[in-house]
Amino acid sequence: MVKTFGEFLIFMQSMLVRKERFAVLWQRTLDEAILIGIDSVFIVAIVSAFIGAVTCVQIAYNLINPLIPKSTIGFMVREMTILELAPTITSIVLAGKVGSSIAGGLGTMRITEQVSALEVMGINSASYLVLPRIIAAMLMFPLLVILAMVLSITGGYLAGTLSGAMSAQEYVEGIRTDFVPYNIAFALIKSVVFAFLVSAISSFKGYYTEGGALEVGAASTGAVTNSIIAILLADYVLAAVLL
Amino acid sequence: MIEVHNIQKSFNGNPILRGISCTFETGKCNLLLGGSGTGKSVLLQCIVGLMKPDIGSITFDGTVFTNNKVDIKQEIRRKIGMLFQGGALFDSMTVYENTEFPLKMLTPEMTREERRDRVEFCLKRVGLENAGNKMPSEISGGMKKRVGIARAIAPNCTYLFCDEPNSGLDPATSIKIDELIHEITHEYGITTVVITHDMNSVVEIGDHIIFLHKGQKLWDGNKDEILNTTVPELKEFIFSSSLVRAAKKVDEETEGGLAAVVEEPLKETEEAPKTPNS
Repeated sequence: MVKTFGEFLIFMQSMLVRKERFAVLWQRTLDEAILIGIDSVFIVAIVSAFIGAVTCVQIAYNLINPLIPKSTIGFMVREMTILELAPTITSIVLAGKVGSSIAGGLGTMRITEQVSALEVMGINSASYLVLPRIIAAMLMFPLLVILAMVLSITGGYLAGTLSGAMSAQEYVEGIRTDFVPYNIAFALIKSVVFAFLVSAISSFKGYYTEGGALEVGAASTGAVTNSIIAILLADYVLAAVLL
Repeated sequence: MIEVHNIQKSFNGNPILRGISCTFETGKCNLLLGGSGTGKSVLLQCIVGLMKPDIGSITFDGTVFTNNKVDIKQEIRRKIGMLFQGGALFDSMTVYENTEFPLKMLTPEMTREERRDRVEFCLKRVGLENAGNKMPSEISGGMKKRVGIARAIAPNCTYLFCDEPNSGLDPATSIKIDELIHEITHEYGITTVVITHDMNSVVEIGDHIIFLHKGQKLWDGNKDEILNTTVPELKEFIFSSSLVRAAKKVDEETEGGLAAVVEEPLKETEEAPKTPNS
């Protein structure tokens, strides 16, 4: 494990030497941002809207004490969404979608000698292929998390009001109660860290794939598994350090 | 000219290259010949820098490549073109973009128009002027090899490396690829190194042949000398081909030798009357 971590650090360092021209890296970053960001909007929207809705319904189901105001449901949906559900669940979903795509793509490039072709041309393949992916992920994850926050709270609103669990006024009052702006910053910091972990771990797994199609599949699986574990560990550490 | 001096490479204590020294001459098709597992691909990977030899040195036109500064290695690498066994074309790019890629990356001073002219020239040179918009998944194995050649020569490479350019191709397409490599080598005066175990390639393009066996160089010469070799391993390799064995048998048993047998059907083909449908 220590050896693998050492290899990971060397891999990260190799991206930063002999970098390609800025214009090339920027264009590659934009291309990757579309793949990582725009192409993930649909799944993030679906997951976050339903998680917000389910959270609202379940809180309403459990809050049976008449002394607790109904607006508490909105408050709890907001707090859970901003602090945990939006950044963490979105990143776990993206670990599955983006992480497997990165590992599978790089693994296929490796076994079909496309990575070697870049190296023979004198191009730093790690810098050309991996650095734009990591930067694009770190740019796009926070945007997707913001989208997830909005849709999750909206999902809660729709589920709460349409099911008759509370009125629209009570929900809005709840989501405006005791708002701490720092929590948004905390969620965005988490999303940037998770983005780095997902993209870097998946790239590492894919870049060093050896063998054939079977190993590419194994690399994708490994990338998703390791990314999710890393997200959960980082989630705890960040919560302990920053809150 | 590429000079390889005493290259040794082993994996997990298992020696693959056992002190190979050889020279690849400029303006010639240099063939690395040998059976599977003899170290041809490992030697090629050491030469182009994809693998680091344990011992030994490689020199490109007098400039040492192994263990030199990164900048100098990069400078040499940018003169290298390589045709990979499977083509190694970038899946997400069209044939045109694949050919343009090294120009975009290695020669930023070129304008878009200059790049377009060069790409069109290279694609025309390999006979793919109409395939620029196709994706690699839409073209045949032979076409992929041609695109690989176009991509390799696009930045005016000085050294061209081809890793089994005939693998997976039918005999007719193999000959076309061989001819293309041969023509390009002589046309541009580049140093070409071709890995092969195909005797057809030896006869077609073997200006200079190096025979490897169990990680050692056993023989070098040219295509005219190879059939008269006295090296037992090389003789065994050459005559392990069914086609060569059959040709040898015909040559021994037929009056006038093999030439008489080969020439007769050729004459018939040339003189055959055309059918109404032909």
